Amino acid sequence: MAEQTQAKKYSKPLPHLDEENRPWWEALQRHELYIQKCGNCGDIRYYPRALCTNCMSSQVQWIKCSGRATVYTFTTTYQNQAPGFRESLPYIMAYVELEEGVKMLTNLVDCQPEQAKIGMPVEVVFEDVTPAVTLAKFRPAR
Amino acid sequence: MSLSRKTAVAGVFEHPTRFAPDKSLFQIMAESVRGALDDAGLTIKDVNGLCTTGIGMSGMGIVGLCDYLNLTPNFVDSTSIGGSSFVAHTAHAAAAIHAGLCDLCVVVYGSTAASSRFAIGTGGERGGAGDPCDQYEIPFGPTTVGAYAMIAQRHMHDYGTTSEQLAEIAVTMRLHASMNPAAKYRDPITVEDVLASRIISSPLHLLDCCIISDGGGALVIASAERARDLKKKPVYILGAGETVRHAARGQRDFLEIAAAQSGRLALERAGVMHKDIDMAMIYDSFTITVLATLENLGFCKRGEGGAFVSGGRLRFDGEFPINTDGGGLSSNHPGMRGIFLVIEAARQLRGECGPRQVKDCKIALVHGTGGALGTRHSGATLILGNQ
Ligand SMILES: [Zn+2]
Repeated sequence: MAEQTQAKKYSKPLPHLDEENRPWWEALQRHELYIQKCGNCGDIRYYPRALCTNCMSSQVQWIKCSGRATVYTFTTTYQNQAPGFRESLPYIMAYVELEEGVKMLTNLVDCQPEQAKIGMPVEVVFEDVTPAVTLAKFRPAR
Repeated sequence: MSLSRKTAVAGVFEHPTRFAPDKSLFQIMAESVRGALDDAGLTIKDVNGLCTTGIGMSGMGIVGLCDYLNLTPNFVDSTSIGGSSFVAHTAHAAAAIHAGLCDLCVVVYGSTAASSRFAIGTGGERGGAGDPCDQYEIPFGPTTVGAYAMIAQRHMHDYGTTSEQLAEIAVTMRLHASMNPAAKYRDPITVEDVLASRIISSPLHLLDCCIISDGGGALVIASAERARDLKKKPVYILGAGETVRHAARGQRDFLEIAAAQSGRLALERAGVMHKDIDMAMIYDSFTITVLATLENLGFCKRGEGGAFVSGGRLRFDGEFPINTDGGGLSSNHPGMRGIFLVIEAARQLRGECGPRQVKDCKIALVHGTGGALGTRHSGATLILGNQ
């Protein structure tokens, strides 16, 4: 019951979990961030998917990320009428480039809008937003 | 390409409405079809091909529109790749006619975005079971304007592009709108006005963003041979290209956008050089869309867009006139405005633009962008000519 109450309180959109993406989201629940590497040709990819678009192999390796990244680009959003975001303006959305070489969309947290800079070193923080979903966000590196 | 000059835009119509709470979506579309057919000197009985898509239409909306118009076409296309769809449809219609799939094709668009109060750029994304890629984005609050803003931020970082340079694009579009009686916003603005307008998603201000209006438009596409016998001067389709860009498994160069590929294809297929283009219609959902598109189409080098759009170059009387109707930044933006790009280019090539007419306009480039440059988007380019 407590879990249900918490899930209701969180009003931002949630991802749809399925059998293809569940291992990735389950790793986040354990506060671990992974990207995929092709077991055949070595191509790396984010977001996770069932096959390699370079060689079409289904051999998947999971690489545990250090959580270190740099800001590739960002924006501070002052207007978003969607439920959940409307109440938390302004917020910073960013693409960060992981040390492992892929860019991912995220939020910068513990960071004032004027503090955000492209190239800024950041580190992952895990935000448990519902019992089923943990999000990887990034804060200025300490 | 083999299609070059084989087909033509034979009729165009831009619905004058910018706010039409009294009209249905299909009414706006049907009135647009009527207008374009009148322009060509044809009737609905001549139509046996139809292309459309749009915000507010169902997934099978084209079937419902055929019902409304009482059409039983031999060719239909409702390719939905965002605001560029109608630029792509124009090429698809030309290919279909050339291949003998139909004889006369209408491309139509309508929208009641303003009167239905759609929050197009800042409505945010809803949760639920979307495409796989959505699952990794919707939790972080993406908006359409936010995705474009991230492209602007990176461009400014890499090349020193300024908000003043972006603002100059909005100022020029408003100047053009002042000469278009149908434009929604016609009062001149200055660079200072743009910079003083509130930030929607940094670094983009309110006046860096397209307006929201109702609207509609239609095109009649025919074989070149047939178009020559119709009421108006044919506007020949010389070449076309289309493609998509996305996150590329996390390895994308975000400042390379779809226009780089679609533009190269269109120019090559038309056998036309950059210097041959007399005016261009460039999708202006945001000021940064124009700057990034001009670079990727190759009108200037990457990083030089800020300087290129400055000094009045983009004005109707400048070295490289674009968006002479006032664009999505000032004239109309019902959510997907690709069709208006083709309409205004055709009007320029026919010499019908009055005070905003570009001198000696023989070849025009049209580029539509659909989706969001900072995530997934499409690009469709057309080269049109009057000879
Ligand atoms: Zn592979």
